[in-house]
Amino acid sequence: MNSDLTSYLDLAPAIPELMLAIGAIVLLMVGVFTSSKNANQIVLGIAMSLLALAAIAAVALPADGVLFNGAFVQDAFARFMKVLVLIGSAFALAISVYSADEHRLNKFEYPVLVILATLGMLMMISANDLISLYVGLELQSLSLYVIAAFKRDSSKATEAGLKYFVLGALSSGMLLYGASMVYGFTGHTQLDEIARAISLGEPSLGLIVGLVFVMAGLAFKVSAVPFHMWTPDVYQGVPTPVTAFFASAPKVAAMALFVRVVFDAFEPISKDWQQIVIFVSIASMVLAAFAAIGQKNIKRLIAYSSIGHVGFALVGLSAGSQIGVEGVAVYMAIYLTMTLGLFACILALKNDEGYVENIDDLAGLAQSRPFVAAGMAIIMFSLIGLPPLAGFFAKWQVFLAAIEAQLFVLAVIGVLASAVSAFYYLRVIKVMYFDEVVHQFEESALALRLIIAISGFLIVTYYFTLGVPLTQWAQTAAGSLF
Amino acid sequence: MIPDIGLGHFLTVAAILFTLGVFGIFLNRKNVIIILMSVELILLAVNINFVAFSAHLQDMAGQVFALMILTVAAAEAAIGLAILVVFYRNRGSIAVDDVNVMKG
Repeated sequence: MNSDLTSYLDLAPAIPELMLAIGAIVLLMVGVFTSSKNANQIVLGIAMSLLALAAIAAVALPADGVLFNGAFVQDAFARFMKVLVLIGSAFALAISVYSADEHRLNKFEYPVLVILATLGMLMMISANDLISLYVGLELQSLSLYVIAAFKRDSSKATEAGLKYFVLGALSSGMLLYGASMVYGFTGHTQLDEIARAISLGEPSLGLIVGLVFVMAGLAFKVSAVPFHMWTPDVYQGVPTPVTAFFASAPKVAAMALFVRVVFDAFEPISKDWQQIVIFVSIASMVLAAFAAIGQKNIKRLIAYSSIGHVGFALVGLSAGSQIGVEGVAVYMAIYLTMTLGLFACILALKNDEGYVENIDDLAGLAQSRPFVAAGMAIIMFSLIGLPPLAGFFAKWQVFLAAIEAQLFVLAVIGVLASAVSAFYYLRVIKVMYFDEVVHQFEESALALRLIIAISGFLIVTYYFTLGVPLTQWAQTAAGSLF
Repeated sequence: MIPDIGLGHFLTVAAILFTLGVFGIFLNRKNVIIILMSVELILLAVNINFVAFSAHLQDMAGQVFALMILTVAAAEAAIGLAILVVFYRNRGSIAVDDVNVMKG
């Protein structure tokens, strides 16, 4: 390892984390000591710029390395995922601005909690040791539990918070039990040393038990079947801007953690974890495709849709190859673009009775608000995976990796599940475009329409704009893990 | 004559406690507080595992990990109880069967 902290320069790889850690504490002070009535807006503004600055720091500072006695690693993969997470958090804050009052998010603690959760995510992505992995994961989870129950006079939100807490705590417990077995049967907590210890001999039964528990805990965090049951309830119960946050940044971070753990620590027993990932992936894709069909609430529908998309991303992971990881990275980037755009659309839907959540209430949106309806339709077509939209290229890349790894059954099931899932996306589009208008929708905020426009533009022109640089960057990122 | 207590015994105790904790979460239909206790039980089972392995391997990392878990478990319990309090204020009950506004 390198010499630790003999000068401040040694901290360079952790600058985004340090910015967020110090920023969160400072913002708490700002929030408490600002006497002005709109302290929450000041804190929100600073928080968004802080997240943007951290993203710039993550891209611009080329300092890679291992820090804190090997507990923390910064490499191209970490940098790629960190930028995604920071963009996700910043935009999730941005789309919360216009409805903060109605969703009771107009307190300065909300942006601070988002920053702390984001800090936890960055630490998860950079974790190189089971201890730092656990601490990062818990920093993220504990902040998310509080954010879920933030609208504390709503029985739905508090119930969602309670369910999220109980199942999240259980998943952390399972992950820890697995971590203890892995530690006991390899003698190390550092991921690369675990891999070295495993490769020395035949893997013992205890190690396999540990692997299974660790993967169960991680599957909980990415909400993959059979550990998905919290997702629909939590997504439905929490205020919509919070759902947007939950569906974007933590998903990316948990997926990055999943990738890092299986490749850094369990590379020598890849045959064992590949079986688990293949099972989880198939189960997620198939269950989500069928369970989403009967949903009436759009946030519940998106919850199942996100479970399905995690399944598709895991197809890339189950290939166990560099091109597979590249596929996962590209998939998460495109998923993030689509999710943020979709939630901007949903937050733009407000009629005389308040914010719309039922799919039936979207009737006639195309006549009332053609721009939002068009944006939503484009994003839905992209979620289906229709060429030439971005979602097609995301799926194409992971399925390509699966076929190269000879996983033909997995690829076929994935394509079929994708076809089934087209049904429930198309139903939403049908309601928007062909049903009679019931309620008139209000004009939405300019910034929301801007976010919809950006998301829609990137999705439609993906092949010409985002595609090449994103793929190249993902290639470098995946390369740093092998 | 008492036989030597070795690693296997500690692991068995921890495994039993862990199983009890998991079953406590899923079989309990009465009270959310019992779920919080079950979560603590799981974390303590993990701690026994870590400390036993740490002693067996003559390696300090496991004990450091156990201390970290203790700290985080305290924070987790505090947040769990706080969420439970706001839930109680809204619903006037903390029975597990009453956690049922959302279904499907």
